[in-house]
Amino acid sequence: MDLTTQYMGLELRSPLVPSSSPLTRHLDSLRALEEMGAGAVVLYSLFEEQIEFEGMQLDHFLEYGSESTAEAISYYPAPGDFARGPEEYLELIQQAKQALEIPVIASLNGASPGGWTDYARKIAQAGADALELNIYFLPTDPQQPLGEVEGTYVDLTREVVQAVEIPVAVKMHPFLTSVPIMARRLADAGAQGLSLFNRFYEPDIDPEQLEVITDLQLSTPADARLPLRWIGILHGRVAADLAATGGVHSGRDAVKMLMAGARVVHLCSALLERGVPHLRRVLDDLSAWLEENEYASVRETIGTMSQKCCPDPTAFERANYIKVLQSYE
Amino acid sequence: MNRPMITIDGNEAAARVAHKVNEVIAIYPITPSSGMGELADEFSARGQTNIWGTIPHVMEMQSEGGASGAVHGALQTGALTTTFTASQGLLLMIPNMFKIAGELTSTVFHVSARSVATHALSIFGDHSDVMAARTTGFAMLASGSVQEVQDFALIATAASLEARVPFVHFFDGFRTSHEVNKITAIGDEEIRAMIPEAAVIAHRQRGLDPDRPCVRGTAQNPDVFFQARETVNPFYEACPGIVQQTMDRFAELTGRSYRLFDYYGAPDAERVIVLMGSGAQAAEETAAHLAATGEKVGVVVVRLYRPFSPAALLAALPRSTRVIATLDRTKEPGAVGEPLYQDVATTMLEASGRGRLPLDQTPLVVGGRYGLSSKEFTPQMIKGVFDELAAEQPKNHFTVGIVDDVTHSSIEVDADFEIPREKMVQALFYGLGSDGTVGANKNSVKIIGEGSENYAQGYFVYDSKKAGAVTVSHLRFGAEPIRSTYLLESADFIGCHQWVFLERFDLLEKARPGATFLLNSPYSPSETWGHLQRIHQQRIIDKQLKVYVIDAYKVAEEAGMGARINTIMQTCFFAISGVLPADQAIAKIKDAIRKTYGKKGEAIVEKNFRAVDAALANMHELEVPAEVSSRLELPPVVPEHAPDFVKRVTAEIIAGRGDQLPVSALPVDGTFPAGTSQYEKRNIALSIPVWDPQVCTQCGKCSLICPHAAIRQKVYEPALLEGAPEAFKSVDYRGKEFPGARFTIQVAPEDCTGCELCVHVCPAKNRAEPRLKAINMHPQIPLREQEAANFEFFLELPEADRRTVKTNTVKGSQLLQPLFEYSGACSGCGETPYVKLLSQLFGDRAVIANATGCSSIYGGNLPTTPWTVNRDGRGPAWSNSLFEDNAEFGLGFRLTLDKQREFARELVVELAGEIGEDLAEAIVKADESSEEGIIAQRERVEALIARLRRMDSDLARRLLSVCHALMHRSIWIVGGDGWAYDIGYGGLDHVLASGRNVNVLVLDTEVYSNTGGQMSKATPLGAIAKFAAAGKPVGKKDLGMMGIAYSNVYVAQVAMGANDSQTVKAFLEAESYDGPSLILAYSHCIAHGINMGMATDSHKRAVKSGHWPLYRFDPRREREGLNPLQLDSRKPTIPIAEYMGAESRFKMLQKIDPARSRHLTELAQKQVAERWARYEYLAGRDFEPVKVGK
Repeated sequence: MDLTTQYMGLELRSPLVPSSSPLTRHLDSLRALEEMGAGAVVLYSLFEEQIEFEGMQLDHFLEYGSESTAEAISYYPAPGDFARGPEEYLELIQQAKQALEIPVIASLNGASPGGWTDYARKIAQAGADALELNIYFLPTDPQQPLGEVEGTYVDLTREVVQAVEIPVAVKMHPFLTSVPIMARRLADAGAQGLSLFNRFYEPDIDPEQLEVITDLQLSTPADARLPLRWIGILHGRVAADLAATGGVHSGRDAVKMLMAGARVVHLCSALLERGVPHLRRVLDDLSAWLEENEYASVRETIGTMSQKCCPDPTAFERANYIKVLQSYE
Repeated sequence: MNRPMITIDGNEAAARVAHKVNEVIAIYPITPSSGMGELADEFSARGQTNIWGTIPHVMEMQSEGGASGAVHGALQTGALTTTFTASQGLLLMIPNMFKIAGELTSTVFHVSARSVATHALSIFGDHSDVMAARTTGFAMLASGSVQEVQDFALIATAASLEARVPFVHFFDGFRTSHEVNKITAIGDEEIRAMIPEAAVIAHRQRGLDPDRPCVRGTAQNPDVFFQARETVNPFYEACPGIVQQTMDRFAELTGRSYRLFDYYGAPDAERVIVLMGSGAQAAEETAAHLAATGEKVGVVVVRLYRPFSPAALLAALPRSTRVIATLDRTKEPGAVGEPLYQDVATTMLEASGRGRLPLDQTPLVVGGRYGLSSKEFTPQMIKGVFDELAAEQPKNHFTVGIVDDVTHSSIEVDADFEIPREKMVQALFYGLGSDGTVGANKNSVKIIGEGSENYAQGYFVYDSKKAGAVTVSHLRFGAEPIRSTYLLESADFIGCHQWVFLERFDLLEKARPGATFLLNSPYSPSETWGHLQRIHQQRIIDKQLKVYVIDAYKVAEEAGMGARINTIMQTCFFAISGVLPADQAIAKIKDAIRKTYGKKGEAIVEKNFRAVDAALANMHELEVPAEVSSRLELPPVVPEHAPDFVKRVTAEIIAGRGDQLPVSALPVDGTFPAGTSQYEKRNIALSIPVWDPQVCTQCGKCSLICPHAAIRQKVYEPALLEGAPEAFKSVDYRGKEFPGARFTIQVAPEDCTGCELCVHVCPAKNRAEPRLKAINMHPQIPLREQEAANFEFFLELPEADRRTVKTNTVKGSQLLQPLFEYSGACSGCGETPYVKLLSQLFGDRAVIANATGCSSIYGGNLPTTPWTVNRDGRGPAWSNSLFEDNAEFGLGFRLTLDKQREFARELVVELAGEIGEDLAEAIVKADESSEEGIIAQRERVEALIARLRRMDSDLARRLLSVCHALMHRSIWIVGGDGWAYDIGYGGLDHVLASGRNVNVLVLDTEVYSNTGGQMSKATPLGAIAKFAAAGKPVGKKDLGMMGIAYSNVYVAQVAMGANDSQTVKAFLEAESYDGPSLILAYSHCIAHGINMGMATDSHKRAVKSGHWPLYRFDPRREREGLNPLQLDSRKPTIPIAEYMGAESRFKMLQKIDPARSRHLTELAQKQVAERWARYEYLAGRDFEPVKVGK
């Protein structure tokens, strides 16, 4: 079975690409993912803000209380040179590139205007095959003009694309005025890949302790519906490769995403829940399904059930809602 | 030759050379020498090599005794070895110094000379320590400036190798060790040229070696010891000559020429001062000025003090010398005179007696004392000495720099005398420890010293508090080398970095006419004038000062710098002081910013640049009105109701006028009244906690955790609320033991440091708005007056009856009056909550031995001290002996009280007929195991005292003098981990083994906190500390288990932030146990690199991860057939990495060396698991005492 696919110009041996998660943080698990059939890996996200924050915090605590009393002018040995920046991340890219044969996609969440491009350059220099921009500006401010957040996405994407030679993907979130317009604008800005959708930590409330809890709930196959729809709608309409994120737990789930129009299918929750070897099972299931249903390759499936090609394009739109209602009758 | 100039402090000057010319460095931290050891360790950690291309080994020992032993051993096996120390540290080295010298071993001990503790400890500089070591046979070379420290460090080493006589190379603690000055650096080539390689090889050859074995260190008998001791004479005779030759070689290499005794002043001087150390610089400067005005005065600066060379001294004196004042920076009570005086006087006597005096006449020699404990030694005082020498009968054995109104030893100083400073800019800065003022000023000194032709000097004065410490920076800049080894007498520039100082200090007293005043003001330039106190307005007008104003906090906030105002104030200084052309200076500041922050990211650099630019844009010159308009006066230093001593003495010290206090004002034996911290209102909190009675659950946690006893609770009868201030809050008490009572939690607004620990631990949430708790932080200033009145009322409310309070609960313990309050400990301190708890539970019956360290400093540093008394006048009796002997010191208390109790009981029995049989019996058989019992016995003893006073017999008087011992006394031995795990461990072990009833409280911060974070044996695996720059590779010593091994010691490991009720329980059990008790208390610390306001989270993580298991080992349980060990925490539930990852001390290693960090974390995890398994095993056994025989 030909499981190969192409994503942002990268030739992948399979469409299953573990997304940015704790599993893609260490070389050991990256190796295991490759062994289990990953087509590529997206490394855990480099958070500029966190790096800056940690650096500042460390500086603060190392200096805190110094030059205050005659006996203790300082509380730490002079630190000399230590890594305050993204060194650890860049080292992981280098190590992953040496250790793996599959493409290594880095993931970046910048914070400052210069930070995005600066870090993107460093990532490219470290040898990443591609870069996924993990942008999330949530429009929470009612005073913020409509479209401003979207503009920021586009500008950042353009700047990064101009700064690096490697292909750039954008991990989108659905809380935008128009997903298709954004997708087109991002593609126009040079994004070669669009990953739908970024899943955020959603707050929960502990009613006894009166606390807000932020923890990541793993996805379930039901979560696949949202990306499935928008991939289906976008396929063939934007000049960027699509990647599906969220809710893919089985080979069958993967097939659906491919059919909707995704060139690659990201996995995260399923692997965190069931372990890295589950990747192999998903891949085997996918392969078996293709065989059973007489497909010769993954490529054959891509986009076959997108809005453009499917037998009932309106199903991707509002009519869907009506049909559901009708189905209860 | 163009020699590089560097701007460094004295400690660095010594450490740089010492690290270059040694192979082994064994040290132990002690102020003010710690910096030398730390630097040497850093040099080695960075891979810097000595002149032979190899990296010296630096070893931290458990004490100075240990360090000197290791030095002795390293020397005996042939290594070039050195150490750094001061004060008591040097004293602990003395036994080895005799040996090292007796064995003619080459070495140099670099000593930042510091006062030896006598009536009080003092960390500051004088020569009492080195003078105590002058009989050891070590040569002694004195440096007086940073330049000399560098030069003499090398000269001493070279001479020691040649002479085979070991050297103490000393310089004045703080004044020289901590003064930053611009000096000519010495290069490796020069060092190499100075060190005699053949002597190095010979030194190695003398090392012990089984290939050519020998025996050294024999025991000798009356037949030969004496003769053998005299064998060294030739070496000592040759030594001064060797030193001079070495100095001459040094002069050839560097152009800096020194003599054993250097003379400065008029060639035909009649009046000459002889002295050594930093004071010599000031004396030299003064003599030069006076000589230039025609005065026949001069100064002999002693370089080589031992072996003392009379010939060299005589050669240095001008023939015209008529009268000599020798100045000693030490005191030797009971001696004819101080050491230098005796040496100089003897020299004159010997020479004139033999007719070999190369002077026109035999000079009169008088001795004087000056500068003890870094007391200022100024040109006015030096002029005073010269003036005294002009008298017909100059005073002998005088003091200078103080007013001695008791034995009238002091001489007059010439207060009006001032050396002109046309070519010098002098700048004075007032800042807070936390605002970075000192750091910025050190940076400025470096910028000017290394970035321009100018010379620069910086000296920094810190107050004695750890929280809210005021710093005063004294900076001088000028075209000539700066030898003014004293604080600024006047200033061309004064910077006030904190508005609140205007309320506290007469800041502009030292401003020269026309000087510049830079003020960080929260008010606009136009408003600022109106808010200035009268005295400041007056001085500004009188002295025609130029005033510049900036709202630095606002500028910092806007530039994204948070509360860091140092760069902003530094920029303003350069812009208006004229030290350097402003443009050039600003460019240099930016260079320095790039250098400091470049690695931390462009964002931080940019932020600082923005702050620099914004500083310039937001600084405005204030238009000074012609008239004083202010009616604001500086508030009184202490309140009117303060006791006489506090008003007369303490207040003067608080106000910074302690230097003016005469001898008669001070206690003769170092005994001070208790409870003085209450009179020093420091108002350092920006925000204070405010209580919400409706939300409060009255759990007592806030009060328990407060490091400063600044939030308290009381329960009282409702009727007492009559006359309460309107804003005073009160609520019904929740608890059955005080039915119908009211309850209040009250903050001490002027004593709170704003750490927020109380808010963080508060478990109650406001249901309507859960972000609020039962206590919430609010700005202090608007609340100050109201809450101060509330607090005053609160204090007047009666204390709860100890017999009713449930002292074994957190809540109950907090209804007891803290007898440890408002200490100078750090904001959010992790030690003081335990100390305060001790004072609440047992303070009225406690005698406390306190090891030197943080707890002795916040517990006993003047001006005010926190140990206080209750309404009955009872409270902890507290004393600090030394660092190393605290357990023994406390045991001594026990021995006395046990003996006196026994004796008193014997007397009671003997006098029973007169006292009354019933009372006598009740006293002798008293059960004092409860509060009731203790109070009842107190009443009995009071009755006894009343009867004894009426009796007229020797026996009665005798009993009266010991009857206090009939009452329960709780002995507490308190100290940190540096004491308990390291320097005092031998003694602690002995005391635990003694079986006597003492309670040991170890405040375990896992590092030497007081001296700045050096590793101790309590430092955990993987933590970075000084001397463990690469992360400590071995685990923490299990002191608790060592105590448990004795089986009759009560041992508890507690962490208040993780389980406060276990802490309270452990304290009570430890105290009630009639035998030795050991409490190990997890004490978070600034040195952990955590948010101090949320430190209880660290306690929780420490316990949950298994780093700090909670347990109690109570030998009494054994008698009941129970396992004495009880684990009070659960099996680890979080990985050790989670605990470590949350503290900078561990996190730093992740950044420096991620692989090592991972490795050590894994190792730590393994150790935690193993230790837990051991504890669990021990605690899980069914306990059956072993029966001997069948």
